[in-house]
Amino acid sequence: MMADTAVLAAQVPAVEGKARPGDAALAARLEALDLPRGGFTRSAREDAAQRLHAMGLPGARDEYWRYTDPAPFNAARPQPVELAADATTLFTGIERLNIVFMDGRFDAAASDALEAEGVQIESLAAADAKTDHWAAGLYGRLEASGQVPVKRPFAVLNTLAAAEGVLIRVTGKPSRPVHITYRRSAADADVCLHHVVKLEDGAELTLLETGSIGARSNVVIETDLGQGARFHHISAKRANDPKLGLGHIFVRVAAEALFKSFTLTVNGLMMRNEAVIEIAGDDAVAHIAAAVLGDGDIGRFHHDDTVFITHAAERCESRQVFKKVLKNGAEGVFQGKILVKPGAQKTDGYQISQGLLLDEGSQFLAKPELEIYADDVKCSHGSTTGALDETALFYLRSRGVPKERAIVLLVLSFLADALDEIEDQRLRDDILGRLEDWLTARAGNPGKA
Amino acid sequence: MLEIKNLHVKLEDEDKQILKGVDLTVPAGEVHAIMGPNGSGKSTLSYVLSGRDGYEVTEGEASLDGESLLEMEPEERAAAGLFLAFQYPVEIPGVGNMTFLRTAVNAQRKARGEEELSSAEFLKLIRQKAATLKIDSEMLKRPVNVGFSGGEKKRNEILQMAMLEPRMCILDETDSGLDVDAMRLVAEGVNALRSPDRAFLVITHYQRLLDHIKPDVVHIMADGRIVRTGGPELALEVEQNGYGDLLAEVG
Ligand SMILES: Nc1ncnc2c1ncn2[C@@H]1O[C@H](COP(=O)(O)OP(=O)(O)O)[C@@H](O)[C@H]1O
Ligand SMILES: [Mg+2]
Repeated sequence: MMADTAVLAAQVPAVEGKARPGDAALAARLEALDLPRGGFTRSAREDAAQRLHAMGLPGARDEYWRYTDPAPFNAARPQPVELAADATTLFTGIERLNIVFMDGRFDAAASDALEAEGVQIESLAAADAKTDHWAAGLYGRLEASGQVPVKRPFAVLNTLAAAEGVLIRVTGKPSRPVHITYRRSAADADVCLHHVVKLEDGAELTLLETGSIGARSNVVIETDLGQGARFHHISAKRANDPKLGLGHIFVRVAAEALFKSFTLTVNGLMMRNEAVIEIAGDDAVAHIAAAVLGDGDIGRFHHDDTVFITHAAERCESRQVFKKVLKNGAEGVFQGKILVKPGAQKTDGYQISQGLLLDEGSQFLAKPELEIYADDVKCSHGSTTGALDETALFYLRSRGVPKERAIVLLVLSFLADALDEIEDQRLRDDILGRLEDWLTARAGNPGKA
Repeated sequence: MLEIKNLHVKLEDEDKQILKGVDLTVPAGEVHAIMGPNGSGKSTLSYVLSGRDGYEVTEGEASLDGESLLEMEPEERAAAGLFLAFQYPVEIPGVGNMTFLRTAVNAQRKARGEEELSSAEFLKLIRQKAATLKIDSEMLKRPVNVGFSGGEKKRNEILQMAMLEPRMCILDETDSGLDVDAMRLVAEGVNALRSPDRAFLVITHYQRLLDHIKPDVVHIMADGRIVRTGGPELALEVEQNGYGDLLAEVG
C-alpha cells in the first residue's frame, strides 16, 4: 500500500512559501494511513487529497473547533483502549438485514447475504475494484459540497482514506431495516468508514447502527434522498465504550422527501458528530435528534454535536432536538445552524438544545445560529442548561418513588422529546428499554456527585 | 394519628421564620380543616410534613402514629401512609400518568414489604378509580399533568390519593381553580375515602369546599401559628366576617 500513498502524495501541490504549523502533523497523519488507490472513487480521492492539503487539519484556533479539541483526532495514532465486555444487544427482536464490520473491515461471513427486495448493497472495498459505479456521483461529492461555508477536514480525510464502508441503493421499500453492527477486537483499531446511501424517488429505508467501531473512528455517511423518499436513521453505539469518535453525515433531501436521524450516546471519551443537511426540494422534511448521557467518572466525556441545515427550497420543515445529560465533569457541546437561503419561503425551522447537569462540575456549551435570507419564514431556536427540577423530584418522591428511581424518571422525561423523533415504536421501545436499564444500573452508583 | 408539637420552621437559605410554634393533633377517622389568610404558612406546614427540601425545623416535632416524621425521606413518609395533594401539581413531560402511578404504587408496596401489583391488577384498579373521578383513559395515558386543565390536575391528585390509599391525607387548596362540578367530584373522591382509620387535613382559603367535605374540627392559622380551633361553625364565621375580625380578636 505504500505505493498508493506515494501516488496520492505526489499529487499534493507544493506548498508555496513557508510551511504551515499543521503541515508536519498532516504529513504524519497521512503517513500512518494506508491510502487506497480507488477504482470508481479514484478521482474523488485525488480531489480530496488536494483539498485536504489546501485546508490542513483543524487547529486549536479554528473557530469551528472552539469547544472541542481536535488534537486527539489530529494525532497520527490513537491511544489503545480496553473494551468492556459487550453485554447489551439492540433490535434483536426485529427482523433486519445484518451487515457486520470487524475492526473496520466488512465481515462477509458474519453478515447476511447482501440481498433484499428493493435494495442493492455492496461493500465499498469490493465495489471499489470497479471503475464504473452508481455511487461514483456521490462518493466524496456530497462531502465536498458540504465544505462550504465551513471546512470539515476530517471528512475530507475520510474520503481520501476510507477503504471500507457500505454502498446502499434503494429502489423500493424493503421490509427489513438494514442494520450495521460494528465489532472490534483490536485495542488500537483506528477505523475509517465511508458509507453511501442513495434512495431513489419514492424509496424507503431504515438504517440502524450499533456496536463499537474502533478505539478511534472516522465515519462519513453520504445520503442522497430522491423525490418523496423516506429515510430513517437510528444510531446507538456501544455504551461505556472509551472511544474517540468522529462522524459526519452529509444529506441532500429532494422534494417531498423525509429524513429523520436519531443518535443515542452513552458515555465514551471524545465524540463529535457533524450533520450537514441540504434541503434542496420543496415540501421536504429533515429532523435530526440526539440523546446523550455522559458520566465523566467512566472516562473523560466530551460530546459535540455540530449541525448545519440549509433550507434551499420552499415549504420545508427542519427540526433539531439535542439533549445531553451530564455528570461528574462531563462536557456537552452543541453548535447548530439553520441557514435559510433567498427564496426558501414558508420555511419552518426549529432547533432546541438542552443540557441537564447532574452536578456542578459538568458543563453544556451551546452555540445556536440562525441566518435567514427569506422574509416569509418561521424559525425558532432555544437552548437551556439546568439542573434537575427539585419540585418535580419532590413531587415524585412524595408519591413514594425512591429518589434514585425518581431521578431516572426525570432524566427520561428530559430526553423524551429526542426519543419521540424515533417514529417506529418498536425501535423506540427498544432504545427506551436500553436507556432505562442503563440508567437504573447507574443509579445505584451515582458517582461523586 | 398526626401529632405536631411546637413546630418552628425557617427557610434554609434565608433568615426567615415561617412557622412559629404550630400545635396540632389529628386523630384517626377525623377531618380537620386549616384556614387562614395567604402567606400564613399553610403550604409550608404541608411541605415540611411531607419532607420537602429548603426548610429547617428549628424546634418542635411532628409524628405519624407515634413515629417521628422529620428524619424520614419523603418516600419513606409516603410509604408510612402520608399523602400531600399539591396546591400546584407538577407537570412531568415524557412520563406517562399510568407509568408514574404504577411506579408509585409498587414502590410503596415494596417499601412496606407487600407484593407488587401485576399489570392486570393495577389496570383493573385504576380503571375503576378513574371512572368515579371522571378521568378517561386518554388522560391516564398522557404525560403527568401535561396539558391538563386546573380541574383535571386536581382530580388527578385525588386519583393518586385513591390509588395509594394513604392513612393521613393532606389536601393543600385542592379547591382553588375548580368550578362547582369539579369541586363536587373532588369532594366525592375525598368522602369516598373517609374511614375510621384514615384522617384528613384539608387546607383551604375558602369555606365552600367545607360545604362538601364536612370537617370535624376547623383551625385558623395566622402568621405561622394556629390561632383558633373550633367546630365547623368557625368556617362559617370566616365566611361571613373574613379573617379581619377573627385575627383582631386574637391580637
Ligand atoms: N421557599 C420559599 N422561599 C421564600 N419564601 C417562602 C418560601 N416558602 C414560603 N415562603 C414564605 O413563607 C410565607 C408562608 O407561605 P405559604 O406557606 O405558602 O403560605 P400559605 O400557603 O398559607 O399561603 C410567605 O410569606 C411566603 O412568601
Ligand atoms: Mg398555600
